[in-house]
Amino acid sequence: MSDTILEMRNITKTFPGVAALQDVSIVVRRGEIHAICGENGAGKSTLMKVLSGVYPAGSYEGEIIFDGRPVHFRGIRDSEAQGVVIIHQELALVPHLSIAENIFLGNERCGRTGLIDWNRANADATALLESVGLRENAVTPIVALGVGKQQLVEIAKALSKEVKLLILDEPTAALNDVDSAHLLDLLRRLRDRGITCIMISHKLGEITAIADSITVLRDGRTVERLDVRSAEVTQDRIIRGMVGRDLHSFYPDRVSSPGEEVLRVENWTVRHPTQDRRVVDDVSFTVRAGEVVGIAGLMGAGRTELAMSMFGRSYGRDITGRLFLRGREIRARTVAEAIGNGIAYATEDRKRYGLNLIDDIRHNVSAAALRKLARFGWVHDNEEIRVAEASRRDMNIKAPSVMATVGKLSGGNQQKVVLSKWLFTDPEVLILDEPTRGIDVGAKFEIYTIVNRLVAQGKAVVMISSELPELLGMCDRIYTLAAGRLTGELPVSEATQEKLMQLMAKDKEPAR
Amino acid sequence: MTDVKSSSTGQGPSADQAPARALHTGISDPRTLVMRNLRQSGIFVALVVIVALFAVLTDGVSLSPGNITNIVLQYSYILVLAIGMVIVIIGGHIDLSVGSVVALTGSVSAVLVIQQGHPWWLGVLAALAVGLAVGAWHGFWVAYAGIPAFIVTLAGMLLFRGLTLRVLDNISLSPFPAEYQRIAAGFLNGLLGGQGFDAFTLLIGGVAVAGYAVSGFRTRVARIRYQQPVESFPLFVARVVLVGAVVMYFAWQLAHARGLPIVLIVLAVLVLAYGLLTRRTVFGRQVYAIGGNLPAAMLSGVKVRTVNFWVFVNMGFLSAVAGIIYSSRSNGAQPAAGNMFELDAIAAAFIGGAAVTGGVGTVVGAMVGGLIMAVMSNGMQLMGVDQSMQSVVKGLVLLVAVAFDVYNKRRAGASR
Ligand SMILES: Nc1ncnc2c1ncn2[C@@H]1O[C@H](COP(=O)(O)OP(=O)(O)OP(=O)(O)O)[C@@H](O)[C@H]1O
Ligand SMILES: [Mg+2]
Repeated sequence: MSDTILEMRNITKTFPGVAALQDVSIVVRRGEIHAICGENGAGKSTLMKVLSGVYPAGSYEGEIIFDGRPVHFRGIRDSEAQGVVIIHQELALVPHLSIAENIFLGNERCGRTGLIDWNRANADATALLESVGLRENAVTPIVALGVGKQQLVEIAKALSKEVKLLILDEPTAALNDVDSAHLLDLLRRLRDRGITCIMISHKLGEITAIADSITVLRDGRTVERLDVRSAEVTQDRIIRGMVGRDLHSFYPDRVSSPGEEVLRVENWTVRHPTQDRRVVDDVSFTVRAGEVVGIAGLMGAGRTELAMSMFGRSYGRDITGRLFLRGREIRARTVAEAIGNGIAYATEDRKRYGLNLIDDIRHNVSAAALRKLARFGWVHDNEEIRVAEASRRDMNIKAPSVMATVGKLSGGNQQKVVLSKWLFTDPEVLILDEPTRGIDVGAKFEIYTIVNRLVAQGKAVVMISSELPELLGMCDRIYTLAAGRLTGELPVSEATQEKLMQLMAKDKEPAR
Repeated sequence: MTDVKSSSTGQGPSADQAPARALHTGISDPRTLVMRNLRQSGIFVALVVIVALFAVLTDGVSLSPGNITNIVLQYSYILVLAIGMVIVIIGGHIDLSVGSVVALTGSVSAVLVIQQGHPWWLGVLAALAVGLAVGAWHGFWVAYAGIPAFIVTLAGMLLFRGLTLRVLDNISLSPFPAEYQRIAAGFLNGLLGGQGFDAFTLLIGGVAVAGYAVSGFRTRVARIRYQQPVESFPLFVARVVLVGAVVMYFAWQLAHARGLPIVLIVLAVLVLAYGLLTRRTVFGRQVYAIGGNLPAAMLSGVKVRTVNFWVFVNMGFLSAVAGIIYSSRSNGAQPAAGNMFELDAIAAAFIGGAAVTGGVGTVVGAMVGGLIMAVMSNGMQLMGVDQSMQSVVKGLVLLVAVAFDVYNKRRAGASR
């Protein structure tokens, strides 16, 4: 057995109009955790799809040597048979099937009769769940689990396939700190069991903490390979490789000078759409012009629910409470009314709620404010192109043209399209829900800069984020939410991660 | 393909550079050119192949002036239905009731005009009113009550067939007065005098081609001005010449038969209007947005209910137009009129590239899809192919066409 489990040599992969990978090579040692870093659209996901046979042999150039032999995977089944398992950026679980059903999907545990042996399947699933440290019943449906637990189910599923090389594409992007830490622990344990991992992540802190070696990609090329075991590698060092220059600070400077109040929410209460409980309970807060207000909270605290219910009642029922914009009470009973009043909400789930993936950048950017481009219902399509081009330039969206299909963009670039769409509505209040999820450091900085530009124009920004450093770095004030109730408000000068955590965990008993 | 990239990833070229750059975007490598265009216009190619095939199989009869006129007259109402259907499908719905609605609107008109002796235009107006009402009925259930269109229109199919039987009292009505018959059987000709062919038809054909060329050129110029990639100039010219040649050939053949059918004018106006409606209006865009991703459309402020409602009202309207044409052509109303029309219209939309999941499709595509079906049925009839075989062939063509489309899309995703 050689020391190297995987070598990919001179991989080149092009899509119509895009060279996603050019001459990329990586080497992964047996039993290590190997991280792949790079900006959005650098080609990380594509490289992993080439490796796992999602893009079959013949659709790319170059060689893959796995476990000492050249391999030509024709599909995912091929690669899994050899022990290469990929967990994609978007989770691929079937929501209404049970944990066990999902784990053995396509790999069912059958008895001698050829029928599925559910007893065995559930027993095996329970054992696998134990090995990933998930205490759940194997018959629980996936919908009942949070994202963090779903991620663990994905890993259990991978383990059921006798995995030698486990590939995780941004596994922690949607997880909070606690869940992330748990996942990283699990990866370490898998490593100790001899499983090699390749992990893609934009959270560089995680990478420096866990990776044994790092390959950095930039614009579809390998830039360098860093060995963490032989020498200390700092985040700054990785960033320099990723963006090709030094980035001095994560958060752009801003002189904060909040003006008069723009948005005031009073006694906002929202019930769960199907269950009889309050998801948001008597929440009141204000946002002033030129101010970035953060909302911190754990998973399930009701942050997204609060935002969506304010945004044209697009979540929940029996909504009570009042909304004031610049001192005047507004009605925002439909999304169109909310947008008309100058409220914009950029969702945390861009694929499901943010974008029309089968359409192009141009139409997605204009989607929420098409009327601005139209006279008597007639769309001025050249003007639309100009607007989309301007967004592509300002937001630095990597795409061959604004006619490119959004579904084919990398995750971070999709996020920029979502932001472009809402900026084009020219909002007074912009609510950003996890705006930098899955976004690289460079692009984060760009997005922060855009936020700062908006508040400098006197706009008000509400920022929901699971990353406390981001809130601390960007906001003027931070509210904490726990179980649907407001548990605290801190000016950023007084806020620390510890204080916020305490407030976020303060209210343990669930709201009625 | 690399040249496409270079032009557009450029970091904002200054405006004066734009035309020069845009010219470079022209795709010149012949292999890429063929591949790309095959992918985009596979359906047009299919139509040409099928037309050629039947021209050979029928010794040219299928392309004779008389037969071309016949195809237009015989399938116009399916094409009208396909326009409405493709919009319904883009919105992510389906309409199974259109055959029954064709029958109902035709029979209401027949009762008024034939049985009660009202003037022909009253029949037309009444049919349109009934069509709109049916559309509003469907629209209400789909958009406001939230019942899936498949169920609503399946119910509508039974419901409106039943109402047709009631209205007609289970008998056929015939004949319509001459003015009403002219809708589907009339021609505009002799307006410029006859020289053995109809000059007016040629003139209209010429105007259409000129319009196509001018609007294509203006779009192209604007695209270049806005620094978007465009096809290379020779390719553009080739496309215009090709379309022009086909249209003029078609007009020439018509001119040598009975002239310009009135239904063709109606159809052309509808195709043009709905082509623009789908691509260039806020309403059209919102239909695509809803079909592409419903929750995202909702969260972008699209009034989903209103849009869905009008999509069905429009389908009802076009069903009425088809009902009028059909009743005029068959010169009466029969209880079984319009049977299975919905399937032809749905097939046309899908052959024309619409996606089952919604959000994809074009009016022009549906027209080409409808023409493929029309040319095939007509050709097989000329050859005396059995009804049963015709059905088998049509079914297979639908399957192959959609399979080809799916295959193409997959390849576009996975290949280099
Ligand atoms: N199916 C496809 N068709 C066309 N282009 C594609 C396709 N898939 C990816 N691309 C392009 O290839 C490039 C690399 O994309 P990839 O998804 O690998 O990026 P990434 O490094 O994973 O980025 P992120 O961090 O945003 O997830 C991007 O420019 C993307 O637009
Ligand atoms: Mg990716």
